[in-house]
Amino acid sequence: MIFDPTVILDKLPEIGSGLLVTLVLWIVGIVGGVVAGFVVASARRFGGMAINGVLGLVVEVLRGTPFLIQVFLLYYGGPFVGLMLDPIPCGLIGLTVYAAAYYSEVFRAGFAAVPPGHVEAAECLGMTRLQTIRRIQIPEMALIVLPPSVNLAVILLKESAVLSVITVPELTTVVSAIGSQQYAFLEAIFVLAVTYWVIVEATDRLGRLAERRLSRLRFSKA
Amino acid sequence: MSLPAIAIHSLVKRFGETTVLQDIDLEIPEGKVSCLIGPSGSGKSTLLRCLAFLEEPTSGMITIKGEALGFFENAGGKRERLPPAQIRTVRSKTGMVFQQFNLWPHMTALGNVAEALKTVRKVPKAEAEARAMAQLKKVGLENRAGHYPSQLSGGQQQRVAIARALALEPKIMLFDEPTSALDPELTGEVLNVMRDLAAEGMTMVVVTHEIGFAATVGQQISFLDHGRLLFSGPPTEIFAKPRHPRLDQFLDTYLDRGASMLA
Repeated sequence: MIFDPTVILDKLPEIGSGLLVTLVLWIVGIVGGVVAGFVVASARRFGGMAINGVLGLVVEVLRGTPFLIQVFLLYYGGPFVGLMLDPIPCGLIGLTVYAAAYYSEVFRAGFAAVPPGHVEAAECLGMTRLQTIRRIQIPEMALIVLPPSVNLAVILLKESAVLSVITVPELTTVVSAIGSQQYAFLEAIFVLAVTYWVIVEATDRLGRLAERRLSRLRFSKA
Repeated sequence: MSLPAIAIHSLVKRFGETTVLQDIDLEIPEGKVSCLIGPSGSGKSTLLRCLAFLEEPTSGMITIKGEALGFFENAGGKRERLPPAQIRTVRSKTGMVFQQFNLWPHMTALGNVAEALKTVRKVPKAEAEARAMAQLKKVGLENRAGHYPSQLSGGQQQRVAIARALALEPKIMLFDEPTSALDPELTGEVLNVMRDLAAEGMTMVVVTHEIGFAATVGQQISFLDHGRLLFSGPPTEIFAKPRHPRLDQFLDTYLDRGASMLA
C-alpha cells in the first residue's frame, strides 16, 4: 500500500464545496452562538431568579451531553414532535444552540469580571441598563472574554465534523466519501486533519492579533 | 427654615437578619457640608448608598428636595415603588463619588466625564467634550484629559471621578470615603477640590475618616454607631468638650492609629 494524498486532492472541487459548507456552519454557529449566548447570559444576570434557574438548567443539559447525541436527538427525534429538518438546517440549529450554551458561560464570567462599582457609577449617572451594558460592560469584558471565545470557536470547528453523522455534506462527510470511493481512507483522514488544523491555526493567530489590538487600544494614550 | 436638601425619615436597612441601619432620622441642610462619621461597620456608608439609591431601604422614607426617592407612601400608608424613569429623575439630583473611584478603564479621563452627558443627557459630542473639559479644568486636570485611568495617580483618578459626577450638574454631591483608598500624600489634592466645592455652596454629604476635614469643613456632623444615629450637630458643638463618651472613645482609637505617639 502506498500513501498517496494526491488521490484525494484530485477531487478538489468536491472538497471545496464540503469546506464551504463547513465554514458556513461554523461561522453561523459562532455568530449565532455569541449573540444567543450573550442574550442568555444577560437574561440570567438581570432577569431574576426564575429565569436564571430555567436557563441555567438548559445550559447544564447542553453542556452535560455529547454534541453527537444532541444532533441525533434533533435529527431523528425532531420528527416525533413535528420538527422535520433537512440535514443542513438541522446542523445549523444544533451547532448554534450548542455554541450558545458555551458562549453564555463565557459571557457570564465576563459580566462577573466587571467590578460592580463600575456599573454602580453608570447607574448613579442615570445610564439605563442597556446603555450600561453597551457602553461599560461589553467594552470592559471584551479583553477578558476574547481568549476563551477564540478557544471555543476552535472547538466548534472541530465539533462541526460530528454533523457528518446526519449526512450534512460538510468537509468530513465529503472527504470520507472520497476516501471510500478511492480506497484511500488514510489519505482522506490525513487531508482532513491538515485542513482543520490550518483553519484552527489561522483562527488562533487572528485571535492573538485581536487581543494585542484590544489591549493596546485600551491602555494607550489617546 | 427652607426645605432640607435631603430628609430621611425612620430609615431602616437590613441585610437578611442583620440590621445595618436602625430608625435613622436626619435632615441634610441645603448648601452645607454634612459629614457622616463613625467606626467601621457603623452603617455610614450604607446610609450614603441609600441616599444614592444604590441600596434600597427596608423601610422608611428618603426625600430629595422634597421628592420621594424610590418609594412613596400611598393613601393606605403602604410603601410603593416609583416607576424607573421617576427614580432616575430624582437620582439625577445627586452625584456620587466612590471610595474606589470606579472610573471606566477603557475611556480616557475626558471620555469618563463626557460619557453620561452624551448617553444620558443626549448632548452632542463636541459640546459634551467641551463641558467635560471645563469640569476637568475645575479639578485641575485639563492637561490629563487624554490619559486613561491606569495612567493617573489615585488622587488624579478621584478628581476625575468628582468631575464626572459634577458634569451632570447635580444639586447634591455624595462622597463615600473619597480619600480612604489614597496614599496619605494624595489625600490633600482631593480634599482641596472638595473644599473648593464647599466654598461654592454645593450641598455635600461626606462619609469620611478624615476627622480634620470634618471638623474644619463640615457644618453638620452626624455620628453613627452600630447602625444608629447617636447625635448630629455643628462641629463646634460636637467636638467641644465634654464630648459624648462614645465619640471620645472613637477619637481615642483614631489617635491610636499612630497619631498619638506624635502628640
